[in-house]
Amino acid sequence: MLTIKNLHASIDGKEILKGINLEINVGEVHAIMGPNGSGKSTLAAVLAGRSEYEVTQGEVLYNGKNLLELEAEDRAREGIFLAFQYPIEIPGVSNINFLKTAISEIRAYKGLEQMTAKDFLTMLKEKQELVEIDRTLISRSINEGFSGGEKKRNEIFQMAMLEPKLSILDETDSGLDIDALRIVANGVNKLKSDENATIIITHYQRLLDYIVPDFVHVLYNGQIVKSGSKDLALELEENGYDYIKAELEA
Amino acid sequence: MNEVLEQKINTDYKYGFVTDIDADNAPKGLNENIIRFISAKKNEPEWMLAYRLKAFRHWLTMEEPDWAHIHYKKPDFQDIIYYSAPKPKKVLNSLDEVDPELLKTFEKLGISVKEQERLSGVESRVAIDVIVDSVSVKTTFKETLAEKGIIFCSLGEAIQEHPALVRKYMSSVVPSSDNFFAALNSAVFTDGSFCYIPKGVRCPMELSTYFRIEAAGTGQFERTLIIAEEDSHVSYLEGCTAPMRDENQLHAAVVELVAHKNAQIKYSTVQNWYQGDKEGKGGVFNFVTKRGICLEENAKISWTQVETGSAITWKYPSVILKGDKSVGEFYSVAVTNNYQQADTGTKMIHIGKDTKSTIISKGVSAGFSNNSYRGLVRISKGADNARNFSQCDSLLMGDQCGAHTFPYIEIKNNTAIVEHEATTSKIGEDQLFYCKQRGIDNEKAISLIVNGYCKDVLSQLPMEFAVEAQKLLEVSLEGSVG
Repeated sequence: MLTIKNLHASIDGKEILKGINLEINVGEVHAIMGPNGSGKSTLAAVLAGRSEYEVTQGEVLYNGKNLLELEAEDRAREGIFLAFQYPIEIPGVSNINFLKTAISEIRAYKGLEQMTAKDFLTMLKEKQELVEIDRTLISRSINEGFSGGEKKRNEIFQMAMLEPKLSILDETDSGLDIDALRIVANGVNKLKSDENATIIITHYQRLLDYIVPDFVHVLYNGQIVKSGSKDLALELEENGYDYIKAELEA
Repeated sequence: MNEVLEQKINTDYKYGFVTDIDADNAPKGLNENIIRFISAKKNEPEWMLAYRLKAFRHWLTMEEPDWAHIHYKKPDFQDIIYYSAPKPKKVLNSLDEVDPELLKTFEKLGISVKEQERLSGVESRVAIDVIVDSVSVKTTFKETLAEKGIIFCSLGEAIQEHPALVRKYMSSVVPSSDNFFAALNSAVFTDGSFCYIPKGVRCPMELSTYFRIEAAGTGQFERTLIIAEEDSHVSYLEGCTAPMRDENQLHAAVVELVAHKNAQIKYSTVQNWYQGDKEGKGGVFNFVTKRGICLEENAKISWTQVETGSAITWKYPSVILKGDKSVGEFYSVAVTNNYQQADTGTKMIHIGKDTKSTIISKGVSAGFSNNSYRGLVRISKGADNARNFSQCDSLLMGDQCGAHTFPYIEIKNNTAIVEHEATTSKIGEDQLFYCKQRGIDNEKAISLIVNGYCKDVLSQLPMEFAVEAQKLLEVSLEGSVG
């Protein structure tokens, strides 16, 4: 589904990604871990299409298409979803209106018929129950006055509503207490299927106890330096990132 | 003997004319002859002409005001045509006689001039007074309203048919000496809407006037007067459009609202006069004096405006809260883009006891425009227990535009509670990217965000026009990202 070949990216002239190679197939969950500053969020931003980052080398193929040529909104319409690390507030725009607009744009892009109001409301109720998010949160303005945990849960709710093919969760676990973590993980697990794929970006093993990855990659200094199964995450938890550094220097 | 004298005097006036009374256009310029020409064209009674002349003579002594936060080339008042009748002629008996281009314009605005039309399946009728180039073209639903004793007609007609009412109330809220443009308007106003709601009547439908400036080089000087007797209610909507022209056109209107005991007047405006091209050339100068008076106890006046057009917008719809417990409200969205300038706001004058006023102003600036809010909250000495809440927000889109706030608060009674909040914000890159990452492109995202920002004001508009206003916002901000 997603093939990243030798991806190099910079911001303000500073190179952050220094040759990323990654292959993701449908039905898979990939975890990307690494110390601060390794480029995890940059990778997420570049895949989502943030214009501040300049791709200097490499290619990214998404379902056979050249992803880097697509505008951010088109990448989203093609089924890529980014659960932001710091979801922004948009006062005055209700979550419901926002989602309705997004779904409407995506369907128009795909040449599908628009959803009726009735179907939309039914879907809203269904997904709201699925990810266990409070009804009152949904009718408020996007993230306005939401706590950190509520914002993250809202991201997962949006993910449920938009039904993406490739979800990128950028440090979704940061700022979550144990219960919130469990609920978010539950939501992600329920949305996982054979027809989509998930990239989980995280520092900690904790989330991966709930969302079990098929592959774990360690990102260090702009490159994926080690890949393995879920056991790799446990190793990192025990030994820290220093041992990876030591391995590389050896 | 008196009769003969009077006749002589009247004849002398007639000889004073230089211009041909049958012409459709007055020649350019402003002098007493032109005023007499206008008054004669409209067949006005003596007292109306006298009023005009008095205002004109006063205008000659006044100086054009300079204090607004706007820059413009002052209009040459002698280079304007003050009267122009559209072809075909004024009194039309059926819609078939209305210029089809005009009907198309209204259709485009989504407003139905045809009485029978239904709005989204629900029978919703809006009575409309159509004014083109200073002349009332058609007023719908007049008879239906007349059954309730409601008078809704052009001001010109009201001067003929209901002179006592006009004489009683005209200029009672905005005296002709009030300001430069009010004086000018009082001298040369040509038409506008007149609305009278009798005691205890709730007007059963929205009343609306559409103004359109057609002819080049003309000034538009409408005058609107709305009177709500005790216990009555009326909701009125004013919409404005003008075609694109290279030269600036002057629009100096006066609107007066009078609300008696327990009466409520809701006045909404969706203004989209031509704003000039992308380089700031041309566009309408919109200099308007709007004022309402809550004459007696428990009266309420609400002004709601969505201003997206005009090269320059200069207006302060105000409320004089004379009656005890009276309420004044002002909800405004002012959008400026390209080189537009706006200096707009309100004046809430608290005079009676236990009065309340609410001001919510949302400015959106884009391009190279300048948007200013100017407001006055005045609490007079005898205005015990006055309450005011003001919220002035500015949204900047881009870094070449300006947003300014000039709030004035004058309090002479220490039982008053006055609250003022102001925010300035930008549409952040992060907000736009968030929308994009959900499949919503830039244009749509901005529209979503701006509409959300203006929600508190847009929700005050009558339902029929809320949708139009939203569309208008979208259109006004097209291309503002970059």
